[in-house]
Amino acid sequence: MATTSRRSKATPKVEYTGKVAAKVATGTAATGRPEDYVGAPESKAPINQPVLGVVGWLRWIWRQLTSMRTALILLLMLAAAAIPGSIYPQRSADPNGVTTFFQQNPTSAPVMDKFQLFDVYSSSWFSAIYILLFISLIGCVLPRIAVHYRALFMPPAATPSNLKRMPAHTEVELSAKRLAKVLDAAEQLLKQQRYRVERNATSVAAERGYWRETGNLIFHVALVGLLIAVGFGGAYSYSGQRVLVEGDTFVNNLAGYDSFSPGIAFNENMLPAFSATLKRFDVRYDITNRSNSGTPLSFKAYVDIRERGSAKVQHKTIQVNEPAEVPNAKVYLTGNGYAPVITIRDGKGNIAYSGPVVYLPQDSNMTSLGVIKVPDAKPKQFGILSFFYPTAGKLKSGAYTSVFPANANPLVTMNVYQGNLGLDAGIPSNAFSLAVHGLNQLTGGKTGVKSIELRLGQTAQLPAGLGSVKFESLRRYASLDIDYNPGQFWVLIFALLALGGLIMSLVIPRRRVWVKINEASFEVAALARGDDPMLERVVSSVSQQLAAKAVKGKKDTK
Amino acid sequence: MNAVHLNENLSRFTELGIYAAMLFYAAAFVVMSMNLARASSEKSKIRATAGKLETAGVWLIIIAVFFQGIGVIGRGIAVQRVPWANMYEFTITSTFVAVAIYAIAQVFRKDIRFIGVLISGFVTLALGLATTLWYVEAKTLMPALQSYWLLIHVTVAILATAFFNIAAALSIAYLFKTAQWVKEPTKKLGKNKLFKTFKRVLGLFPTEEKLEQTSYRFNIIGFILWSFTLIAGAIWAERAWHRYWGWDTKEVWTFIIWTIYAGYLHANATRGWHGKRSAWLVVVGFGAILFNFTIVNLFFKGLHVYSGLK
Repeated sequence: MATTSRRSKATPKVEYTGKVAAKVATGTAATGRPEDYVGAPESKAPINQPVLGVVGWLRWIWRQLTSMRTALILLLMLAAAAIPGSIYPQRSADPNGVTTFFQQNPTSAPVMDKFQLFDVYSSSWFSAIYILLFISLIGCVLPRIAVHYRALFMPPAATPSNLKRMPAHTEVELSAKRLAKVLDAAEQLLKQQRYRVERNATSVAAERGYWRETGNLIFHVALVGLLIAVGFGGAYSYSGQRVLVEGDTFVNNLAGYDSFSPGIAFNENMLPAFSATLKRFDVRYDITNRSNSGTPLSFKAYVDIRERGSAKVQHKTIQVNEPAEVPNAKVYLTGNGYAPVITIRDGKGNIAYSGPVVYLPQDSNMTSLGVIKVPDAKPKQFGILSFFYPTAGKLKSGAYTSVFPANANPLVTMNVYQGNLGLDAGIPSNAFSLAVHGLNQLTGGKTGVKSIELRLGQTAQLPAGLGSVKFESLRRYASLDIDYNPGQFWVLIFALLALGGLIMSLVIPRRRVWVKINEASFEVAALARGDDPMLERVVSSVSQQLAAKAVKGKKDTK
Repeated sequence: MNAVHLNENLSRFTELGIYAAMLFYAAAFVVMSMNLARASSEKSKIRATAGKLETAGVWLIIIAVFFQGIGVIGRGIAVQRVPWANMYEFTITSTFVAVAIYAIAQVFRKDIRFIGVLISGFVTLALGLATTLWYVEAKTLMPALQSYWLLIHVTVAILATAFFNIAAALSIAYLFKTAQWVKEPTKKLGKNKLFKTFKRVLGLFPTEEKLEQTSYRFNIIGFILWSFTLIAGAIWAERAWHRYWGWDTKEVWTFIIWTIYAGYLHANATRGWHGKRSAWLVVVGFGAILFNFTIVNLFFKGLHVYSGLK
């Protein structure tokens, strides 16, 4: 006869703490868990609360900081604090967006900047939250490591006197002779099922699933490791950008970069000595499928890399998902575009500018914008704002646009601005923009003079005797990113450790099982820490197997 | 990538599968709603007819998911790659996976059948948005997406979303069941006929304890898969974008969602926070997932601009 009882709502809830273990002291000191962990005993505030001294207060603050509730609230605060960084442009991810935001919101932007809303993830308030969270985590995990370490070498918790209070419980009636076999059978069965087993005269206590807590601790410790690896890697990392036109060579030193963002511990000696020449840049666009026409199919940068001290030239193909490896760095392909080769002669017939001009793509058909500044032109300096259309087509309004991203019908148009370009003042200026304010526009727009239009190989005269301009040839360019981060290997290791620990801590059940014999029956009860979908099934299966074994054992001895 | 022949005719033909699926989902939604109304009826005669309606609803969902499968696989064959490279494709594939998980799970756990009404309603709406607002024709992969990580990262993200989706449905049911205004309604509300029906519908749902527990189990699987999505995304980002993490808007929201669900797991183990409060966190977490997929995809500036919409 077996009667399975599910704990009724009225009986006090039995939880997985040291309380049920006779050998272990009660309370949270025994479990190492925060006091507000589900299952921890309700705190009993002393009636005559003594006045807290400095140490008392510090202890109180520490206990608050390492409580589950604080960890939970800090987690939710961290989630909320991350939101503004996805709404406002961030200097780290989108510096141009920040500049634009300042231009569009000249009054509010500086105020927002004071609150570090453009550097959210390095801001003092965001940092404060995650540093507190990690202190809370460490303060929570350290004592638990000690307790868990001790628990690994301790016998399972002794059998409680009243097993009926356990969340899963069964009682099976048996004759005294048969009962004699039950404890032997229980010890053997539970050991087989990889429980840790402790036996005394009337009962067997068993526990399994220590890996659940081990996994939980691995997860939290790995997160600390991850944070350290992120910080360390960030300090010694660098990321440099360089636009390279076909035929040009980049030498890896600080002067060779268009932009460069180093970590705080970076020094120039960390840059590996190599040079890279862009031999050719290939783009293939889809021209066969109607719905897909003009979609890029592949970008390939053919690059020759020479390492210092080595005569060998390495021919590499860099693609979007396939960076080239050089010692201590990787070279990535992050962008591309057209670089028409332009020659400008000034009013005196001397060459004032000659070379490829990098045009920045503005749309998916590669309508591109370029700027040429000619400060050395005589008699007067001037600047040019120019568009490039790889496959020029005319809109109804008469304006040009590019109708396909490949260069089937290349056209350059130019508007000329004359005046002081401001380059002689020594103030650094953006090479990709022309501050037209204060300059005198000579072609295009409202001037009434047609913009200069150049097909491949054509030459045109500039207005006002400024000289002439020629569209010599067309090249492509590639935007390359040279990156190094020594921490990322460790970030990955810790992330995978954390994932492994997480899975262990969520899916391995930690469970205590007790078998106890009475005068005319035996009882089986189980208690789980955390969620355990198998708890009741374990109790019924263990009790059935034990009953079967006791009956069978009787027959054997006949 | 070599030149790909996109089979536009096949793509358009198998889209009919998606439309057919929408029809059957809508029908399932109606039938399952009627089932709930009948099962909660005061008259035992009417209640007796409800079981058949539930079976009919489940079968309608199975037929719908079959047609949706044709649409999803047909799209994949037509474009010769995985069918989840833009919002339209991600929507049809992820809802397909969510419904497939439901269809399998209801075989083993008959007591979760009732969420079919929430699932079929949600999927009808999602497919409606996908085929109208988010629709794009058959396209090749842009070079940034040409990587086997598209298979790994996105497959796992889809699975995680599906598990979170089912868990959210269970938690919403839990919140209605435990709500104060439902348990102890005001006199006026208590006499309202509609409210009475509503309360009887809630009475059909599994117990509060069961709802909470099942939601938790779906959520932990979702959380493990989401953690994997995050790591796989970082590995891919290191190859494609030269850094493993850069606080791109999509990365930010992946982090936010991870943090909310981490909070949920803590809440489950914190006194005073399990039960209603942690159920609310599930709703907030799934809200963040929907926000990440719709608003962040369409309106936020970032590197994950794969909606395929202009």
